Amino acid sequence: MNNTILNAIEKPQMKSGITNFRVGDTIKVHAKVVEGDKERIQIFEGLVIGRQGSGMRESVRVRKLSYGVGVERLFPLHSPMVDKIELAKEGKIRRAKLYYLRDLRGRAARIKEKGRVFADAPAAAKAE
Amino acid sequence: MSMGIIGKKLGMSQIFDGRDLIPVTVIQAGPCKVVQKKTAERDGYEALQLAFEEENKKHRVTKAMAGHFKKTDVVPHRYLREIKMSGFEQGQDIKVDIFKKGDLVKISGVTKGKGFAGVMKRHNFRGGPGSHGSMFDRRPGSIGASAYPSRVWPGKKLPGHMGDVNVSVKNLKVVEVRPDQNIILIRGAVPGGENALVLIMKG
Repeated sequence: MNNTILNAIEKPQMKSGITNFRVGDTIKVHAKVVEGDKERIQIFEGLVIGRQGSGMRESVRVRKLSYGVGVERLFPLHSPMVDKIELAKEGKIRRAKLYYLRDLRGRAARIKEKGRVFADAPAAAKAE
Repeated sequence: MSMGIIGKKLGMSQIFDGRDLIPVTVIQAGPCKVVQKKTAERDGYEALQLAFEEENKKHRVTKAMAGHFKKTDVVPHRYLREIKMSGFEQGQDIKVDIFKKGDLVKISGVTKGKGFAGVMKRHNFRGGPGSHGSMFDRRPGSIGASAYPSRVWPGKKLPGHMGDVNVSVKNLKVVEVRPDQNIILIRGAVPGGENALVLIMKG
């Protein structure tokens, strides 16, 4: 019974059609920024180093280097402040959380790119 | 006038309010039937006895309680609590709509029991060094002087049972009230685990 009530609170707030992406991918987050009384969209492009939570409470941790300084932002996926998410690059990784990248710089901090084999697209996988 | 209602903590969730993400506790509050009015003349104080959650299983209602409910013409309920309030008559329903968005409320409940806990967990003691061969890991250290007082001062913070006590949190903000579902959303955390009984009071 509890779950149905919590669902009833969370479901209506969920967005549909969020771009599929995984940890290790590079994404562009179109985030709304408020300056004074104006709202505009700012793109934050970075590597997904972790996803946490589920359902409406899910959030994504994105890391990028800005002028040599590591910047991490945590976006609640279903927040109205996140306009949309674009997938820029797919990465090949073996871990769910990429926190070790924080200690790495330059060449060591790269993630191998990979044309991923999707289960629902066997034809495309064979073609590669 | 102070007001209150009995509720059951359902769990925590989040709400987007404009730009902000607000952590909320979801509480199933009421409807509560007023079973009895305590009056100054008869009982020495003013309060209302509220009943929460109807009891469908007859064997769970003791004969004493069944008699009490029969006398007051209310179907047997599972929980009875007294709250110092007025403005309602016996047999009336109290619903969540006594609260509105933005109200500051006090919530009382029984915290989660933690069992027998050491001083670090129970009293936030610092504990010993983590390395360099220190064998003083999570101990309380000295508990007092020697010749004087030759005893341990009363109230000394020591290991013992933690949690499972009544706790009230004041000034919690009501984020939303849904009278049709008997649901109230409170900003932040509330004492107790899921399905814990809580009292929500205002004023």
